[in-house]
Amino acid sequence: MSKPDLRVKIGSLEMKNPVTVASGTFGYGPEYADYVDLDRLGAVTVKGISVEPHIGNNTPRTFETASGMLNAIGLPGPGAQGFIDKTIPFFENYDVPLIVNIWGKTVEDYGRVAEILGAQERVGALEVNVSCPNVKEGGALYGTNTDLFRTVVDEVRAKTETPIIIKLAPNVADIKAFAKAAEECGADGLAIMNSYPAMAINIETRKPELANRTGGLSGPAIKPIAVKLVWEAAQAVNIPIIGMGGITTPEDAVEFIIAGATGVAVGTANFTDPSSAVRVIDGLERWMAAKGIGSVAELRGTVEA
Amino acid sequence: MNQEKTTVVQHESYQGDYRLLRLAAPVIGPQVQPGQFVHLRIPRFEQAVLRRPFSVFKADEEGLSVLYATVGAGTASLNSVQPGEQIDLIGPLGNGFPPLRSSSLTGQANSGEVMPVLVAGGYGNAALYLQAKKLSVKGIAFFGGRTAKDILCVDEFKALGWDVRVATDDGSLGTKGLVTAALDPWLEEQGVGNRDRKSEVGGQLSGSDGFQGLEKMGGGSASVEVFACGPNPMLRAIGDRALDKGFTAWLSMDRNMACGVGACLTCVIKRKTETGWEWARCCKDGPVFNAEEILWED
Repeated sequence: MSKPDLRVKIGSLEMKNPVTVASGTFGYGPEYADYVDLDRLGAVTVKGISVEPHIGNNTPRTFETASGMLNAIGLPGPGAQGFIDKTIPFFENYDVPLIVNIWGKTVEDYGRVAEILGAQERVGALEVNVSCPNVKEGGALYGTNTDLFRTVVDEVRAKTETPIIIKLAPNVADIKAFAKAAEECGADGLAIMNSYPAMAINIETRKPELANRTGGLSGPAIKPIAVKLVWEAAQAVNIPIIGMGGITTPEDAVEFIIAGATGVAVGTANFTDPSSAVRVIDGLERWMAAKGIGSVAELRGTVEA
Repeated sequence: MNQEKTTVVQHESYQGDYRLLRLAAPVIGPQVQPGQFVHLRIPRFEQAVLRRPFSVFKADEEGLSVLYATVGAGTASLNSVQPGEQIDLIGPLGNGFPPLRSSSLTGQANSGEVMPVLVAGGYGNAALYLQAKKLSVKGIAFFGGRTAKDILCVDEFKALGWDVRVATDDGSLGTKGLVTAALDPWLEEQGVGNRDRKSEVGGQLSGSDGFQGLEKMGGGSASVEVFACGPNPMLRAIGDRALDKGFTAWLSMDRNMACGVGACLTCVIKRKTETGWEWARCCKDGPVFNAEEILWED
């Protein structure tokens, strides 16, 4: 059995395997460096960065639910310069490509942060967050209205040559419309999906379990939703898709690739087990080898439906 | 910090509803410092995506133990784990308790003896055991709980050389009331924070009275240093006294956690800065904080 070729490309971003981590579940990278050999990953995707530092939401910020969790962290972060000063030097010791998730409160903010971070040599791609359910400004607003969505993607594209991956909101009537809009605006790839807007209430206090009242649901509970969205979007566009939503095992990754994903991201499962992403890489390789599948491209989009 | 597949070597009722779980953990065990915690994947609890953090009770070259109460679905599930089963652990995590008077943020010089004081609510004292063992000076420990059944490990701390005082809400053991009902008279007796009453009466410290008070406090307050673990209201009460009476208190802060390694920013508390406050992560920047650092929320 020969080793399958796990390499994939998102625009000009080359990944040695299709597996990255979902933004927000892996900090900025150093937090997991004691547990995970970061250079094993196809890419490290870091937590959302905006132009200026941001304080995020009040606590409680997360709440565990059946086979998943709610989060409303609210995108706290060091700002673009803080990220450049603190995190980029850390990654000089690693070869792994860096995908930086970016967000803004205004269209101009998206453009500015894309310009600043896109100019960093160490940044392999920008993942544009137009779908955070937990911040009032930007966030979901840009992700659920196709006109606003195009404005953001156009602005980001105009400001950087670095590959841009647009992270789509799951709570839209037609994911294909957003996928196509991103492709038409020059996006290099799509990330599907962000966490799903959701809520939990404490029945004794009758208060929401999150300070933000509502949050985003992630984990195995949302996996079938994500698989469907990836499958639909993959039929509508030619740009590569990074599939995510509850991926915990190698078999989950295989399912997303069959649905049409080129890459996959392990998210909440990093919390369950920091070695999840590496187990997914190893297991995916074994599974493909056992089935005699030579490359990711050979497996991708092979749903018989 | 490591991830280790540990083996359950002992799992039994400790006292009342409290249980003791002992794990063979030759990698993590020897690394544990007082006040650190481990993040445990509960076996056969598949619907849970999150680990559960536990303070380390005892640790040595072979492994470690935790003392826990059944407080939710996770610990309920943990109850059924049998010796011989494997438990996935990450740790040791967080910054634990410092040595006596090593890193006081006040930077006060102190020539006199420092008396270490442990304050715990319920099984929070498990998190103080390694510190009690490690400190070369043995002082006094105040343990509070709802009833006599909730007061654990008294003999173990006594065996280490600590003077243990107990308070229970219902008066079934020791002083009746919160742990502060036992602690406060003792602090008073020791003359800790003599300025306190004066400032309460006179408002803000000012003029020669206040200055004298501070000077006096400098002498008296330098004599105790508190290490505390327990419920949040207790920690806040200890923190308030530390600031008020001018002694150093190290508080082990407990917040719901997700990742345990500083990535997800779930377990944040407000930490004072020169210009206001910032979020600090209990899992990574704590769990032990100097009381001076904490900005309590109402």
